[in-house]
Amino acid sequence: MSLAGLDNLYREVILDHSKNPHHKHTLDHATDKITLKNPSCGDVINLEIELNDGKVTDIGFTGEGCTISQSSASMMTDAVLGKSVKDSLEMAHIFSDMVIGKKHSQTDLAKLGDAAILSSVMKFPARIKCATLCWWALRKSLGEDEND
Amino acid sequence: MDKSFQKIRNDFPILNQRINNEPLVYLDNAATSQKPNQVINELVRYYQNDNANTRRSVHTLGERATEEFEIARKKVQVFLNAKDSREIIFTKGTTDSLNLIASTYGEENIQAGDEIVISYMEHHSNLIPWQQLALRKNAVLKYIGLTKDGQLDMEDARRKITDRTKLVSITHVSNVLGVTNDVKKLAIIAHSHNAVIIADGAQAVANIPVDLQDLNVDFYAFSGHKMMGPMGIGVLYGKYDLLKSMSPNQYGGEMIDSVKKYHSTWADVPFKFEAGTQNVAGVIGLSKAIDYLNDIGMKNISKYENELVKYILPKLLKIEGLTVYGPQDTKNHNAVISFNLNGIHPHDVATALDMDGVAVRAGHHCAQPLMNYLGVTATVRASFYIYNNQFDADQLIKAIYDTKEFFNV
Repeated sequence: MSLAGLDNLYREVILDHSKNPHHKHTLDHATDKITLKNPSCGDVINLEIELNDGKVTDIGFTGEGCTISQSSASMMTDAVLGKSVKDSLEMAHIFSDMVIGKKHSQTDLAKLGDAAILSSVMKFPARIKCATLCWWALRKSLGEDEND
Repeated sequence: MDKSFQKIRNDFPILNQRINNEPLVYLDNAATSQKPNQVINELVRYYQNDNANTRRSVHTLGERATEEFEIARKKVQVFLNAKDSREIIFTKGTTDSLNLIASTYGEENIQAGDEIVISYMEHHSNLIPWQQLALRKNAVLKYIGLTKDGQLDMEDARRKITDRTKLVSITHVSNVLGVTNDVKKLAIIAHSHNAVIIADGAQAVANIPVDLQDLNVDFYAFSGHKMMGPMGIGVLYGKYDLLKSMSPNQYGGEMIDSVKKYHSTWADVPFKFEAGTQNVAGVIGLSKAIDYLNDIGMKNISKYENELVKYILPKLLKIEGLTVYGPQDTKNHNAVISFNLNGIHPHDVATALDMDGVAVRAGHHCAQPLMNYLGVTATVRASFYIYNNQFDADQLIKAIYDTKEFFNV
């Protein structure tokens, strides 16, 4: 049996976030709402965000997906809540780089909080999109498109 | 189980490898089948010896390629018991075939207010072409419902198909539920209302005997790659008179009778539907795949797969927290089994099974309306073929138990 290899992907903290996701709810005063889908698998994320004075003052998500997509969204909301738009976008870039194996300093990775643990997903190429879906939603919501 | 099927595995070198340090158990055959050496070698033989463009070159290679191409057409005709080899059109695959009908026959015959009838178990390729046609024409798209155990509701079919129905298009075998639909009876119902009927044979031709004259459908579509042939080759069958009445789907080389400056006339059926250079190697590979299937016999294949289902389905149903979608018995169940494990998302299940070397599909299987109908967003799907065996089935069961243990459900 080689399911032991799964430990690399499904760390305890990932399973915890997936079972008890943080900020999984809608917002009363969202300034932006966005829905992103992964058409190849059917995963959906509805991201709601409240911006005040260039800061993420509230964030929440709903939707459906696998352990990786749900825990990633949960960890992302933890990471960016209270941060400036600029810092949030920087984190999104660090995350995108990290999951495809590009090197970043420990200081950079530390900015991601729990979300840094998803670097393990790079060993499972078929699952990278699960981890990045919420971060793409965030980037779009904060005004970036895929070419930025 | 028939021991002679064990040696079939030797024809498929791809199966002889380890994935994540475990023997590969390939159970994604409904997505695409693996190819035997006989088919792979045939492609090499063709390219090394006979490659030329068909129906335009006078030289010897051109003659050979054309002859092999037309022998293949005849072989498809005999394999499916069509009346006439001119009723066999080569396409890129099932999707291409179904779009061809929608954009020619559909475009020319469907009018505002007409009904198009499909079912809830259609693959997107037998759904979107009709949905879009209905939108273009202001026609009415209707869905035949399913019975509780996931079979096509024939009573509902009788209600939905009416005198306003012009076209019925139904899958022969479901790519999710594994059921075979009674296409023959549906054809009788459709014809009694003067509607044409199309069957999507993508999941059928590889696994069960198909007799087109007996089914009496007007069109039939399938792909080569799910029946051990190469990717990128498929077939559209159509009754000769219908094909003759239809306009070409594409314009270009070798589909013409004559071309003048301001008007053109078309070649006869089937050539008017085969514009441009054809996928000759694909056709010749498909022809070899048919030889391979014929050597085993479609009845034997269907019987063997049914024995596998009888072996695996009860074992799956015994697993706590596992839900099988579609019939819970083996009476009308092809070797396509969709299921979910309570508390684990299908993608996580598929990644876990892959760690045990077991390749399955997870997702909506290009059947989102069916997923909605079943009340799920996605399922795991294990689909078997004739090179799979009890060992593969046992590995799947073991991997599912491993997965449950890992995720603690």
